[in-house]
Amino acid sequence: MLVGKSVPRVDAHDKVTGMTRYTDDLCDKSAYIAKVKHADVCHAIVKSIDTTEAEKVPGVVKIVTCFDVPDIPFPTAGHPWSTEPAHQDVADRHLLTKHVRYYGDDVAAVIAEDEISAVQAVRKIKVEYEELPFVLDAQEAMKDGAPQLHEKYPHNILAHTDVRRGNLAEAIKEPGLIKVEGWYDTPTVQHCHIENATCFAYEEDGYIVVYTSTQIPHIVRRIVGQALGIPWGRVRIVKPYIGGGFGDKQDALYEPLCAFLTTQVGGHPVRLTCTREETFANCRVRHAIRSHIISWVRPNGDIVARKLECWSNQGAYASHGHGIAAKGMNAFPQLYPCDNVECDSWTVFTNIQVAGAMRAYGMPQATFANDCNIEDICRRLNLDPVQYRKDHLMPVGYKDAFSKNELYSDTFRQVLDKGMEYIGWKEKWAAYQKPQTGNIRRGIGTAVFWYNTAVWPIALETSSCRMVLNQDGSVNVQMGETEIGQGEDTAAAQMTADVIGLPLDMVHVLTQQDTDVSPFGTGVYASRGTYISGMAIANTGAAFKQKILEKAYEYTRMQPAVMDIRDGNIVRTTDGRVLMTMGELATAALYDRERSEHLSMEKTTQAKTNAYSFGCCFAEVEVNIALCKIKLLNIVNVHDAGKLINPELAKAQVEGGMSMGIGYALSEKMKYDPKTGKLLNGNLLDYKLSTFMDHPHLEAEFVVNPEPTSPFGTKSLGEPPVNPVAPAIRNAVLQATGVAFNELPMDPHLLYRRFSEEHLIR
Amino acid sequence: MAEKQYKLVTCTINGRKRSEMVDVRASLSDMLRNDYRLTSVKIGCEVGECGACTVLINGEAFNSCIYLAIWADGKEITTLEGLSGPNGELSDIQQAFIDNTAAQCGFCTPGFIMTATEILNSGKLYSDEELRKMLSGHLCRCTGYENIFKAVKKTMYSRLGMEYKEDDGPVSDIKVLNSLDFDNHRTS
Amino acid sequence: MYDFKALYEANSVQEAIRLLDEHPDAVILAGGSDVLIDTRSGKLAGREMISIYGMDELRGVSIDDEDNIRIGSLTSFSAICRDPIINEHIKVLAEACSMVGSPQIRAIGTIGGNTCNGVTSADSASTLMAYDAVMETEGPQGTRRIPISEWYIKPHQVAMAHDELQTAILIPLKSCSGYTGCYMKYGMRNAMEITTTGCSVNVKLSEDRKTFEDVRVGFGVAAPVPIRAHTAEQAVRGKEVSEENIRLFADQTLEDVRPRDSWRASKDFRLHLCRTLAEDALREAVRRSGGVING
Repeated sequence: MLVGKSVPRVDAHDKVTGMTRYTDDLCDKSAYIAKVKHADVCHAIVKSIDTTEAEKVPGVVKIVTCFDVPDIPFPTAGHPWSTEPAHQDVADRHLLTKHVRYYGDDVAAVIAEDEISAVQAVRKIKVEYEELPFVLDAQEAMKDGAPQLHEKYPHNILAHTDVRRGNLAEAIKEPGLIKVEGWYDTPTVQHCHIENATCFAYEEDGYIVVYTSTQIPHIVRRIVGQALGIPWGRVRIVKPYIGGGFGDKQDALYEPLCAFLTTQVGGHPVRLTCTREETFANCRVRHAIRSHIISWVRPNGDIVARKLECWSNQGAYASHGHGIAAKGMNAFPQLYPCDNVECDSWTVFTNIQVAGAMRAYGMPQATFANDCNIEDICRRLNLDPVQYRKDHLMPVGYKDAFSKNELYSDTFRQVLDKGMEYIGWKEKWAAYQKPQTGNIRRGIGTAVFWYNTAVWPIALETSSCRMVLNQDGSVNVQMGETEIGQGEDTAAAQMTADVIGLPLDMVHVLTQQDTDVSPFGTGVYASRGTYISGMAIANTGAAFKQKILEKAYEYTRMQPAVMDIRDGNIVRTTDGRVLMTMGELATAALYDRERSEHLSMEKTTQAKTNAYSFGCCFAEVEVNIALCKIKLLNIVNVHDAGKLINPELAKAQVEGGMSMGIGYALSEKMKYDPKTGKLLNGNLLDYKLSTFMDHPHLEAEFVVNPEPTSPFGTKSLGEPPVNPVAPAIRNAVLQATGVAFNELPMDPHLLYRRFSEEHLIR
Repeated sequence: MAEKQYKLVTCTINGRKRSEMVDVRASLSDMLRNDYRLTSVKIGCEVGECGACTVLINGEAFNSCIYLAIWADGKEITTLEGLSGPNGELSDIQQAFIDNTAAQCGFCTPGFIMTATEILNSGKLYSDEELRKMLSGHLCRCTGYENIFKAVKKTMYSRLGMEYKEDDGPVSDIKVLNSLDFDNHRTS
Repeated sequence: MYDFKALYEANSVQEAIRLLDEHPDAVILAGGSDVLIDTRSGKLAGREMISIYGMDELRGVSIDDEDNIRIGSLTSFSAICRDPIINEHIKVLAEACSMVGSPQIRAIGTIGGNTCNGVTSADSASTLMAYDAVMETEGPQGTRRIPISEWYIKPHQVAMAHDELQTAILIPLKSCSGYTGCYMKYGMRNAMEITTTGCSVNVKLSEDRKTFEDVRVGFGVAAPVPIRAHTAEQAVRGKEVSEENIRLFADQTLEDVRPRDSWRASKDFRLHLCRTLAEDALREAVRRSGGVING
């Protein structure tokens, strides 16, 4: 069995030798370079664009402005398309815009022979604007008289949804209830994949071919078709290896524009590579969400009623839109169930850049708000925070009516116990509870989360898989689930090898998706990769194996029922005799002069299940009050992701997610100039992504409760690790200092402000 | 620029002497990627902040994005492509990156391995803190740096003939900080 | 690709001066870690460049005939960090240089570039300030020696004419002898960081280690250019090594510093940092000098 073994990544060799080819590495040197003219105002109507001087720059091939592009609004979100118009993503983008809605919006593009010419020409484009008032804050944008971004959305409200359970108004009349209320703010942050967004496009045989760094090639094909108003089959998307995505590349970024630009220069290759600054300012970000929570609890801690309101800052265009806030809100009443709940969430357009999908899709924001509030309850009532969580988290057997997700085992207790043991919770928590008055103070904290696996029943879950027998008996596997660094190809190879009965080196997962060649699949997001592709591999593999054994019957005269494939051989199960190798079978079948057959199998698998994934984080901090610094001493995440296909890869995924969580907690934030709306820190120096020196050892641990709905017992792991980290650190800092940080990141600016307010520093 | 200005740049790249007329405006990463097709040199920021384009110049790690190609004249340049042996044998640090799952998306990997090579070639033993500082010129979003650290540290130990011990336990000392002691040692 | 109008390479100081004279718009390119970035951002795009990177004569650290530590302007931060002369006489400069950016930036960045760009966040500058360094320049009028106290005119402007080239930074040995320093860089993270506030303190203690014979402190990002805090120095010079005096010193720095509000940090926070870093750095310098507080 290969599933469950930490085999090396199938792509590791090429990645450590420099042989791995990413999008830019594949682009021909003859390609023209496209550069986008970004608006240097935040909200305006483009009156005119003067390209006269820009056209004179030697090397410029063509300049396209917002007045030259098709008037076709299109959506960009990397969601499976819905055939019901009401559920389709909002189509509010144009390739280039006449209505600038954020600082940096795309108004024109230059195509030139080389990069310097393109950049020089962009600087020489003169744009005349009619400036409009702008608004950067979600709640401000909802007020009467606030500047309007999109005609169809009064008060800038893209969507509002709610949850009502029980009767909150009645329930809170119970005498003696204690009200624990807080406002919890999370910042706008960026994915910071090290490979910038990039693509190149050319025309061939009447097709537009786009090579792009994307998580979702088949979706991008649809969006390019929609944006250009051409049949989707006329678009071919090729996805090579990509240098990280984290949800940013679960969106159509510049592929539609690049596809359009090649059509403007006779199909000549055009490369459109974002600079790091453009990746920051013009791609997607995580929604800043402000949450207001009121919990009504009895003195013993029983939760009687809870109210949540949240405002999600969508930025200028809809992209993934309300899905993010809604996901967080819908998670809220499930984690700590209570009978009387009122939740409202609003997703609101503002004049900052566009928020889209980012690792854990609304849940880092919701988990922060929720587990801060739970901690606040524990402190108010002087209750042990771990025990309180154990007592009030969703109980074993809990089932969500909508998703049909079920908590099958005592996971929360298991993960919390494991985390407590690793970090030495009991002794440390007790020690740090004693009053601390010095400049250096310590604390320990925890937080928990649950997370979905894949997108059913909100959206379609489908995956196609093709398996092809090569002449030597090895098997090629093709799917729409993309390798983006998480190890999808390796997991798929392990699962396929087990399903068919092959050694790992006889399975070739074709890593490059090409929409003309690869079977249809929607890509990777929502931590669906292993769960959904596992289903597709199990179904396709089983059918393929049966077909192979039926073929083997022709040569062995043995019934399929008494044969199996083991370690690459056709074996008689009754006595274990090797009848022929897979290579012999493949060669015989292919070159059979009577009944030649190329054995292959292709099936579409639809999933109508989802799965709860769980975990917790424990963090221990040391706070230097005078220096306004938090030092993370110890941190551990414990996950129940079901059965681990490849434990070392799983651990590596968790460590990466923890790192992202640490940045979210302590340092990362996109800062916008309140006077202009301009992004101030859109580079890797000023945006404080954690460096090698900003982490202690990251401990990743697991409890394994195999997921019954998955043929391999697996469920989501890619996104979850980021969720509990920030609230765990916040709760540790609260114990250390007595100061509740209800805003992220807890960077020195915020520490200085809060410590000053609390008179901890002079 | 009225007319493009070129200069003959002769240098040793991955052990071979190479000469090429190079646009004086080119960075070393431009030259390595475009003229020599050494695409392990990755472009992540072009301003020396991410470290993905790191190469060795006379054995020392530099960001090739902010190093002019013409400055390479007479120098010895090593990229990731130059680390494998003549028959594709991996160097110990490359193998360690595989064995320790230190590469995920792989985009920062070439740069990291080049800096690690400089560190390891020094033949010195470094503390964890020193190692972290020496590797801090590279950003990675996938790994949390954990397995990269392990790969480099294990290789350092193995080159020095020392035994590597896994030490992943938590820092366990508990300071009860209820006095004013720490007022006098604020930055400790 | 960098947008240069033209690029000239100088192979000697005289050639550089001649090229500067011939090209009044040209920009000196030393290690490039600032100039190339400004070229890419557009600030210096389309300009003529004079590369002096190849001038090895401007590299290295030595002790000259007049008992100065002489640091060639093109000496990289990495080279300074590992230089035996620096580590023997002015270790705190190595400490400061080891906190610049990242290892790769320290390999390319030069101390000359760090002081000629006239920025207040330069990590080497506060230490050079605190040790009364002298800048040596060459120009058509010959050699000039400019005390660092007169070097900084305003942000991005130093006391050097267009056709002059900084060739070395001199630190008198007598300025180092008996002094022990500590540099504290405050940043939002622990590497790859532009300094929020930097503080370089050095002390000379009496033989019994109980008295501050001398204290000097330089700051970065505490004013538009790197500065000394003379009021604070004066306040404790000759006084007892005590907690009270360390705090007095820290408080008195506020008389000299004048940080600004920016999105990178508020003025109030920087003021707080000046005082806190001065206190911590002085305490650490005393410790490194073998001093005993309230001893």
